[in-house]
Amino acid sequence: MQGTWAARPGALHAALRPVVPPPPGRVARFTLAGGPLHSGYPAPMPHTSHEPRLPTARGPVSAAVAQYLRGAGPLPRPEEIADGSVYGDDLQLALYLCYELHYRGFADVPADLEWDPDLLRTRAALEHRFLSALRADTPVHDSVEDALAEILVEPVDGTGVSHHLRDKGELWQLREYAAQRSLYHLKEADPHAWVLPRLWGRAKAGMAAVEFDEYGGGRPDRVHARLFADLMTDLGLDTTYGHYLDAASAEVLATVNLMSLFGLHRSLRGALVGHFAAVEITSSPGSRRLAEAMRRTGAGSAAEFFYDEHVEADAVHEQVVRHDVIGGLLEEEPQLAPDVAFGIDATGLVEDRFAARLLADWNAGRSSLRTPLPSEISGIS
Amino acid sequence: MPNSPSDPPRRITVQRRGPLLVEGPVEVELEDGSTVSSDRFRVALCTCRRSRRYPWCDTSHRDRA
Repeated sequence: MQGTWAARPGALHAALRPVVPPPPGRVARFTLAGGPLHSGYPAPMPHTSHEPRLPTARGPVSAAVAQYLRGAGPLPRPEEIADGSVYGDDLQLALYLCYELHYRGFADVPADLEWDPDLLRTRAALEHRFLSALRADTPVHDSVEDALAEILVEPVDGTGVSHHLRDKGELWQLREYAAQRSLYHLKEADPHAWVLPRLWGRAKAGMAAVEFDEYGGGRPDRVHARLFADLMTDLGLDTTYGHYLDAASAEVLATVNLMSLFGLHRSLRGALVGHFAAVEITSSPGSRRLAEAMRRTGAGSAAEFFYDEHVEADAVHEQVVRHDVIGGLLEEEPQLAPDVAFGIDATGLVEDRFAARLLADWNAGRSSLRTPLPSEISGIS
Repeated sequence: MPNSPSDPPRRITVQRRGPLLVEGPVEVELEDGSTVSSDRFRVALCTCRRSRRYPWCDTSHRDRA
């Protein structure tokens, strides 16, 4: 699956919401000389690390979390978490740091911090703010059928990011889009794998089958994350995991944090399934537009292939997710229907916010990234 | 080659709107005699004839508004 989102009726609503500028970054104020504050975790053995480096902080909360991960400072105070802008850079990055420990971790951060109780308490406070905001801000359909029906209609005159890129996207915008999305696509399908133990029967079989397809059907060269890395190579981007975390906007961090939030909590399994359906349903037509954008700009054969593959794959995945995963889950657990609808609609909310941010920046002729990409590209055919 | 009686029947799911869903892998012979194949675990075959990737479904059957 890949994440594209056609503009929906709610897009304008999201576009009008102001983007809060990031507070100035600052380092944690309490640096103790006595060694790591989180005691009991052995320092990592010296080795050639393949984990990403910790990113630059974007405010007091992300700075404190990063310093804690380094063993160099205390966790953020509850007031700091309460005061931050919930969709803003600081809180979204702080939450992203907490979640990333469950995927690949960071260089020079002990792996056992993944289950550090104090850090988990901070993560829970950040999640509480994020989930509360999502519940308050998401207009949720009355039924799963209604939520699905809305995204199963293709807009004739779509105004989403994929429409923009197909019709008039410039190569630098395609590169920025890929750099932003790489936060997800280089771990494509991973956040959704967590739901597997929480499903059974038809829902589990369908979900596992789609995930198997995402993971290349047993062939490493066809793992979708690998296909995306090949696309990035065509676009002259760095394929190192986590490379573009510093450059990524708060809005794209929120799209990935949403998946991690839903994936890591069994209580949100209905929302995870709804989210997954929303991405699969919107992916196929969006991927066709992005494949056309790649062809028009001569981005390269791997760049075209990634999206061409998703046109076909996700036309199938959509069917399996709607009939078997959602159908199977609600057959077993009908009480989860409102959560499934919430997952569908909350995905629309964060995707619309991301789209609004990209288009606002591009239409103003400026980069959507916090650190613009080097303009030199080698290897573009 | 005829099927062996021991082969389980291959399931095809039909729906009033939308593609035929067939358990993969499948090979499809087109009108001009050429064949195309897909090795997905399930294959969505276009029935509306609007797909730009015919015979595979590309979701072109969807309503537009």
